[in-house]
Order: sequence, then C-alpha cells, then structure tokens
Amino acid sequence: MRILRAIFAHTSGRIGGAIVALYLLLAVLGMLGLTPHNPLMQYRVDRLHAPDSAYWMGTDLFGRDVASRLMTGIGQSFTVAFFSVAFATLAGTILGLAAAWFGRWDGLLMRIMDVLLAFPAILLALLIVTVAGPGTWTSIVAIAIVYTPIFTRVVRGPALSLKAREFVDAARTFGSSSSYILTRHLLLNLVAPLTVQVTLALAWALLTEAGLSFLGLGTQPPAASLGLMLSDSRNLMETAPWLMIFPGLAIMISILGFNLLGDALRDILDPKMRRSIA
Amino acid sequence: MNYLMRRLATFPLVLIGVSVLVFVAIRMVPGDSITAMLGTEAGLLTPAQRDALAAYFGIDQPWFIQYWRWLLGLLHGNLGISVTYGKPVLDVILERFPLTLELALLAMIIALAVGMPAGVFAATHNEKLSDLGVRVVAMIGQSTPNFVLGLLIIYTLSAGFGVLPAMGAFSPLWQDPLRNLGQLLLPAVTLGFAFAASVTRISRSAMLDVLSDDYVRTARSKGASNRSVIWRHALPNALIPVVTLSGIEFGYLLGGAVIVEQIYALPGLGRMVLDAILQRDYALVQGSVLFIAFNFMIVNLLVDLAYVALDPRIRLGER
Amino acid sequence: MIPLLSVSDLRVGFGRNPEANEVVRGVSFDLADGETLAIVGESGSGKSVTALSINRLVDYGGGRITGGSIKLRRADNSVVDLLTATEQQLTKIRGAEIGMIFQEPMTSLNPVLTIGTQIEESFRLHRGLTGRQATAAAKDALDRVRIPDAARRLEYTPNQLSGGMLQRVMIAMALACNPRLLIADEPTTALDVTVQAQIMALLAELKRETGMSMIFITHDIGLVAGIADKIMVMQGGEAVEQGELNQILDHPQHPYTQHLLHAVPHFASGRATRSDGRREKDKGTEPALKVDGLVVRFPVKSGFFGRASGAVHAVDGVDFDLMPGETLAIVGESGSGKSTTARAVLGLVRSTRGTFSAGARKAAAEQSALPVQMVFQNPYASLNPRLTIASILAEPVIATGGRVNAQTRAKMAALLKRVGLPESSLERYPHEFSGGQRQRLCIARALMLNPSVVVLDEAVSALDVSVQARVLELLVDLQREFGLAYLFISHDMAVVERIAHRIAVIYAGQIVEIGDATSVLSEPKHSYTKKLIAAVPTIDRRHERFEIDTRQVPSLVRPLGFEPSPAKWDKFGPDHRARVEA
Repeated sequence: MRILRAIFAHTSGRIGGAIVALYLLLAVLGMLGLTPHNPLMQYRVDRLHAPDSAYWMGTDLFGRDVASRLMTGIGQSFTVAFFSVAFATLAGTILGLAAAWFGRWDGLLMRIMDVLLAFPAILLALLIVTVAGPGTWTSIVAIAIVYTPIFTRVVRGPALSLKAREFVDAARTFGSSSSYILTRHLLLNLVAPLTVQVTLALAWALLTEAGLSFLGLGTQPPAASLGLMLSDSRNLMETAPWLMIFPGLAIMISILGFNLLGDALRDILDPKMRRSIA
Repeated sequence: MNYLMRRLATFPLVLIGVSVLVFVAIRMVPGDSITAMLGTEAGLLTPAQRDALAAYFGIDQPWFIQYWRWLLGLLHGNLGISVTYGKPVLDVILERFPLTLELALLAMIIALAVGMPAGVFAATHNEKLSDLGVRVVAMIGQSTPNFVLGLLIIYTLSAGFGVLPAMGAFSPLWQDPLRNLGQLLLPAVTLGFAFAASVTRISRSAMLDVLSDDYVRTARSKGASNRSVIWRHALPNALIPVVTLSGIEFGYLLGGAVIVEQIYALPGLGRMVLDAILQRDYALVQGSVLFIAFNFMIVNLLVDLAYVALDPRIRLGER
Repeated sequence: MIPLLSVSDLRVGFGRNPEANEVVRGVSFDLADGETLAIVGESGSGKSVTALSINRLVDYGGGRITGGSIKLRRADNSVVDLLTATEQQLTKIRGAEIGMIFQEPMTSLNPVLTIGTQIEESFRLHRGLTGRQATAAAKDALDRVRIPDAARRLEYTPNQLSGGMLQRVMIAMALACNPRLLIADEPTTALDVTVQAQIMALLAELKRETGMSMIFITHDIGLVAGIADKIMVMQGGEAVEQGELNQILDHPQHPYTQHLLHAVPHFASGRATRSDGRREKDKGTEPALKVDGLVVRFPVKSGFFGRASGAVHAVDGVDFDLMPGETLAIVGESGSGKSTTARAVLGLVRSTRGTFSAGARKAAAEQSALPVQMVFQNPYASLNPRLTIASILAEPVIATGGRVNAQTRAKMAALLKRVGLPESSLERYPHEFSGGQRQRLCIARALMLNPSVVVLDEAVSALDVSVQARVLELLVDLQREFGLAYLFISHDMAVVERIAHRIAVIYAGQIVEIGDATSVLSEPKHSYTKKLIAAVPTIDRRHERFEIDTRQVPSLVRPLGFEPSPAKWDKFGPDHRARVEA
C-alpha cells in the first residue's frame, strides 16, 4: 500500500509539474510578446468573436484576442507571484532564523508577526494597496508582506527543533561558529520544508494576485491580467461565456498545478514519509 | 505560566500593534490628512480653513499625541465620521456587519459539515477508489478561487435555468429566515467551497496520522470495534488540527467576503470596505479594517480556548 | 489437556507482497494455563510481530499473516483458530481473553481522554458496565496495580502521570476483564531500572493472584530470569531455540543464544569489572579533568510576569576528578542530573557555580586540540543528515580554524579505519549507516581533535545488545591506544560494569556514592545504590520476588536561595566513599 501511495504521489507530482512547466512556457512567451495576436490590438470588426481557428479563445468587447491576453496575463501573474514569494521567503527565512537563534528577539519578532497575521490576508493586501496605490509593484509588496509572517513561522518552528538536535550540540562542543551552524546545520536542513512551502505559497500568491486584480486593485487596464479579464467578463457572460471560462480555467489550473506539485514534494521530501517507506 | 494565561497576556499587545499599524498606514497615504479625511471636497478649502480644521482635529500635534487621542476615541467606540455616509463609522460598520458575519459562519458550517465527514470517510477507506475520488475533488476544490466559482455558479444559473441568484434588498435572518437563507446560501457555498476542501484534506491526513498512533492500537487491544476506535479514540485527536485550521480559515472567510459580496451584490462589510477604498473614505477604511482584524483576533482566541478544551496537554503549558 | 494457546508454523509478511517479505518465518510454540513464555530477540527478530499476530493487531500495522495457525482455548473450552476468526469474534476476544501492554506507556494511552474513561471502556465493552458501576470497577482496577489515591487519579489525563505510573495504568486496563492471557511487549524498556523492577514485581504478583498466562517480549535476556517459565529465542524471524528457563540459561544450545548470554553485557555484581589501569594516587599525575562544586540550576518562573519563584536544582554540588586513561561512570536514573553534569562540563548548559580544569593535555596533542569532546546518545540525531561523512568529520577541524588539507583527509581515513569503517564512507550520507555504525562515526568525529577526555552520554544505550558489546570493545581499545579519559554517563549497570574503572552514583542532583567500580558494585553502601543494584535484572536471580515500592523521586524544585547542607562522607576503603544519609 505504501508503494502505491508513493506511486500516486509521483503521479500527482507529474501532473503538477507538467502544468507548471506549461504555464512557465506560456508566461515566457507572453512576456516576450510571442503571442498569436497583439494583446492590446483592438480588432473592431471582430468584437465578441466566438472562439475559432483565428481567435482560439475568441475576442473581447473591444475585439482584443483573448488567447493573447491570457498569455500576457499569465506572464503578469507569474511575475507578481514569483517576486512576492521570493521576497517573502527571503525575509521570512532571515526573520525566522533570527527568532530561533537569538532567543532575546524571539518574543518581539513573533509578536510583530502576530500583528500582521491578525489581518485576513486579502484585507492586509487591500490596506497596503490603499496606501501605495494599485499597480504591479504594489501587488508584489503587498503579497510579500502578507506571506512573510507565514514563512517566518514555517522557518522558526523547525529551526527551533533543529537547534535542539544533538548535531547542533555536537557542533557547539567543537566550537563551530554561529554562521557555520546556521548555514550548514539549520538552513541546509530547512531546504526541504522550504521548497514545499514555496511551491504552495506560489499557488496562494497566484490566487491573491488574481483576487486583487479581480477587485480592480491589482494590475491596471489596459494591461492584461487574469483577474481583470474575469471581472470584465461579468456583464457579458451570457453573450460571450468564453470571456469568463478561459481566464477562470486558466487561474484554476495554474493554482492546481502548484498545489499538486507542492503536495508531491511534501510526500517526497517529508522525512516522516520517507521513514515509513524505508 | 500556562498556555492560556500567556495567550491572554499577549492579546492586548497584539491589539495595540494592530491599531498602530492601521493608524500609521492610513497616515502614509500620499497627500495631507485633511485631504485624506475629506476626500475631494478638501480642494474647496481656503488655507485659513485648513489650518483651523487641522487645529480642530488635532492633526497639528505630533503623531503620538494624535495616536493617543485616536486610541482614547476607540475605547469610547468613536471611530470617526464616514464622509461618504455622513454617519459615525461604527454605525455604518455595525449596520453591515451582521450580513458578513452570517455569511462567514454559514460558509464555515457548510465547510465543516461537508469536509469533516468526507475526510474521515477518505481516511477510513484509505487507498480505495472512493478515497482517491474524495482526494481529487478536494484538490480541485482547494484550487478553485471563490470568484471563479461564484461566476461559474451565476453563469450556470442564468444560462442553464434562466434565473439569477436572489439579490435585491437584503432581509436579515430574524425578519425573514427563509428569504435570508435563500439569499445567502449560494454566496456561502461559494465562500466555503475551498475551505471545505481544505477541511477534507486536513481531517483526512490527521485521521490517518492518528489511526497509526499507539493508543489506537491500545484501544483495539481492549476489544474496541473499528467504529468505536474511529469515533471515540481517533476523532477527538484528529479534531485538533481541524480546529487550528478553522481559526486561520475564518480570516480567509472574512477576507473572501470582500470578493463574494462583490460578486453577489450583497450589502455587507466586505463590499463596504472595497467601496470605501475606491471612494477614498479613509476614516471608514481605517475603522472597518481595524474592526475586522479585531473580530479575527477574537475568533482566534476562541479557537485557542477550544484547543485547550480539546487537548489536555496544552492546558499545562507544554507547548 | 489442550494448551491455552497453540501457535504452529506462524508466518507473517509485510508490504504488497507479504509472502516475499516475511518477517516471521514459521514460528511454533504452546502455552499452558498459568505459564509464562519469554520471547527474546534483538530488533528485527520478529518478536513483536509474533506477539501482535496472536491478537491479530498486526493486521492494522500493515502486516499480513500468510500461514500457520493460532489456536486459542476460550473460557468455555471451545477452541478457536484466531487466523480464521471474524473481526467480530476478535473484538470479543481482545481485552476479554487476551490483554496486551506495550513498550511506550507515554504514547499508548489516549492523550485527550481521562484515565478513568479509558479503563472504564474495557468494562463497558466486555462486562456491559456503565456509569457509577464502571467508575467503581475502574477504581478497583487501579487499586489492584497499587496506584495510590486511585479515585482521584481516574480524573487525570495521561500527561499528568509519570511513565511508571502510566505503565501501571496500562496493566490495570489490560487486566480489567481478567484475561487468561497477557501479552507484554517490552513493557519496561522505556522505563528506569528501579521502575522496571517495580513493574516486573507487579506483573509477577498479579500473575500469582490471577493464574493468568503471559507472553513476555524483551530484548534483555537478563530480565526474563525473574519471571519466565519458558524461553523462546528469536533471530531473523525464526525461533532458533526454545525450552525451559533453566535449560536455556544454563545450557544454551544454539550459538546465537550463547552469544546473547555470554558476549553481551550482563550485570555480575562487580565480578566483571576491568582490571586495567588501577588508580594510583601517589603517582602525582595531574587529572585529565577535575570538576569542583558543580551546581546547575534552572529558574522556575511563575505568576503573570514570569518572575523566578524557585529553581530546579538539576545538579547540586558535584565534585570528581578523572585521570588520563581512566573511565569514570556516572550512573543514575532519568532526571538525576547525570546528563546535565555532562552537558555542563562541555558548556552546553551554563553552570551556576563550580570550576572545571582540564589540565594535563596529552603530550602528543596538536596545537588545535580541544581537551574535551562528546558522543551523544542518539546516533540518529547527532549527525546532520544533509552532510557527507567527510564534511561531518571535517567540521571540528574547521571549527578550530584548521584547513581541510591532505593531512586532515589522511586523518579522517585513518580514524574511520580505526573505528572499523571503510574509507569509502567519506562520500556517503548518515542515513546509509546503521545505528552502530553511526555511533562509530560519532566516536571518530570526537577523536578528530585529539581530545584527552571524551564524554560518552548514554553513548551505547540506543544500540542493540550485540552491537552494544562491540562498540564497548572499540571504546576500551581506543582508550588504551590513545590514553583517553572517559566520562561515561549511563543508566545501565551491566554496561557500566564492563567499561568503568570508577563509578559515581548520582541521585537528585548529588553524588551519593563514588569509588572504585568493583567495590561500589559488589559492596554498595548508600541505600540508593543498593536499591539501584538490586533492581538490575540478572540471569542469576531466578523467580525472585521483588518488593513493591511506590515511593516517588523527591522534587528537585526548591525555593529561591535554598542551599543544600554540605555533604558528609563515610569512607569505606582507599577509593570508596558514600554520602551519610539523614
């Protein structure tokens, strides 16, 4: 049965990995402008054109090609997600290690994180957008700030337990430097849980980014973004359902991809799991 | 000092931190405070009027005095005046809050009522086809944003059945329960769907963990039947992570209400926050963000109380 | 008469293909009424799986019984084959006719339910008792296992009781419905030696009272002498030898049984101590390590502001010295302060008071040498799983400012070879090694800096008995070769007897007796040392009755500013003294 589970884990990893790879390709093509049509070009004659061989996913109210806009939108979403998660991971790792290593800062740091965690994620993001005004960089900063406390916790807990492990005690008896212990004994052992968390956080970041632009507080028109496209489709869903279906599916599948991949990674990297297989 | 005491002691500290953050954030809005307070109408003021207003509101004082005054106001329930509604902020919030609270609670009830049995079912049918089915559905559910689901539901209703979800004037639960539930059921499903999926996943894995614990083996060695092992011995232990998740998710539900209320055109607190942001009604933004954060903190405190009730190990401060 | 239990050709496998993955391969035995069978073996021998197969709990642990039969004579004298019994029949048999206790009392009780609820469940399931009747029955059950203040303890949750108490609760629960067979799976392994003696005494007494049969699983062949009638020795899933207690202990036939009995440390009351390196005070050599007045206290915080209201006196005035080439064993039970002493010597916990001097370094020591190194108890936690063995061995050198050059590499290879591992190990990761091999790696790492003193904190406790014996031999060889002084922290008297020149017995943070190993072990003077030694199971003491003693270890928490009165000592020989008891 365990082997079955392991195979299943690999299966979901395979599906998730394939989805993520496909999206990465689309994102890169979208950002390089290698789209079937110009995403900003308004083909006035073909307004609200249903999907066919020329417009694979139809056109919108202004006659812009949905497939092309989807690709640039994916590029946009992924940019925001990657930068925000990268910042959050970096900040969270530093803060989490600091909290775990310097007991004196622990209380203060964790209370500050508690303050940030007291806001529902999207609300904190909204507050930041209110202050800084909507835009791509605001979205990145907002999502990074929302996820920093989560990464801090994710790092601090295991770092604390690693710190109490005997190999750290052993390192101390040799007189190993703090930087050696922090990098070799703590950080190196945190790579696996962080990898899992980063993958899952990417899914959440995509979700939050789409939510913000759905509310009109993320990427600003006329630039394409998945949330915005979905939001614009609301009044047209009966006449042009493709305007809703394609961006909706695009968002959903991208999140699904990262979730699947994250799950598989957890199965593969989680030592508890590995112990039960060995 | 035990866990609960520690928890209660940090509550006011975090609350002060939250208020400072909101206060500072609103003051970081570009432009001066008078504009921030009055919005576009501030452009009509003469410089003399501006100075007079600044003195009147005390914003010619240093920030910490301003904060202190604001905090004192908070303690008396004075969150300022909403420019768009021309009413005290607290009144506006309390008018809108019941809907959002009901929506979030309903979503939570739906999520727990669906997710927990599904999770336990999947765990006890581990590796069977039915388990796989539950897991696939839960995975897709967890990956479906509420705005995608909401639009899909509305589209299905209008395109497939030619009806639109009941909108129009909102009727509170105590006036017309049936109509109220009719209005809130679909929004609650939309809001709670992803949560139900997470509950399913968490309760499944918690149950699987617990079922391999030593005390479950002990219960079996006493002759307890499979059903008794699952419900009496395993479930109370498996509930602990579900309770934790519920506390965290409640925040997402309050946040998600911003989106769901927008989609279903419900006059709740979430939609109000969004309108306040778009209309630059900063007193209202400040007050409602603080109010929601406060409620979230209360819920998390309640969750911790539930935690303590469930798990005797925490009571003695072993965590 | 038909035996109570008759197991024949039992085969159990695991995984997807249980026939190919057999852990128990054709085990047969009979058990008569009132008889006790001990199943002895090391980890992986299949002894626990055999036990779990009898009440078919193995089904829930991923195992599958692939062949044989397990015939149980039930209370009404009908015989049932447990392999073909339905789950419904089995739930009626488990608890009512076959009770079971497990190795880890801490995790074997449900953490969220009270003890009372858990015991009452047995009565509810098999006797149909509910409410007040069930509570009364549960209280009687606790009284029966000599838990003081039983009525109040029913309200406790497991985290409020010590391991020994929890194991009593487990026994009360298993025996609640007077099963005719009790399966005890390593019931004392996780417990201190004096607590172990208590539990063994209790089991023996309950067995006499009820006339039940028992299957007792253990890795410690010394432990079975006091309780078993028959012994079955298992290795690699097979029963290599079985027979009467005396016959097996006195005339073992199979080489593996002989190995378990002779090659493996057994306590011999001071007759098996080392004869080398007697301490000669007059020689005037400087001690390798001298500890004076060591005190370690941890503040106890209470109240809203977390002000210190007292202190845990973990170590309270410990002095000793350690000569080059000598082993001083510090023995005591959990919570006695022995590990804290070791950690204080290495600076891993801050000592409140006291001085250390690690004076005479070895003449051959390099400039980079640190005088004291340590080997930890858990070989799985003391090596960073993400580093290669080469990086792990290089760490002490890097830490002391050295370079990883050809000389260092040569040293690593030489030390690996010395501890019995191939040079190719350098490029491998810790998870590729067994527990014993990892402990050898830890020893090699500790020796990288040419220390004069090595602290061994329960360094062989986590190892299987035969692995343990070999690691001990290695330690003795290394000591002779490098003139190392060992501070050997252990709870295991048999192991201590093999390696120690001197012994310090520590109780509640204080040394109560210290001296030459032979005289401390053969003529213990302090009452605690006597109790400790009496509790050690040996194959010499057969069917001995233990006294049941429910005294608790005194609390180490003292009010602020408390100072113990200075110790007075009685001298019993050139190198043997014990603290005067109040």
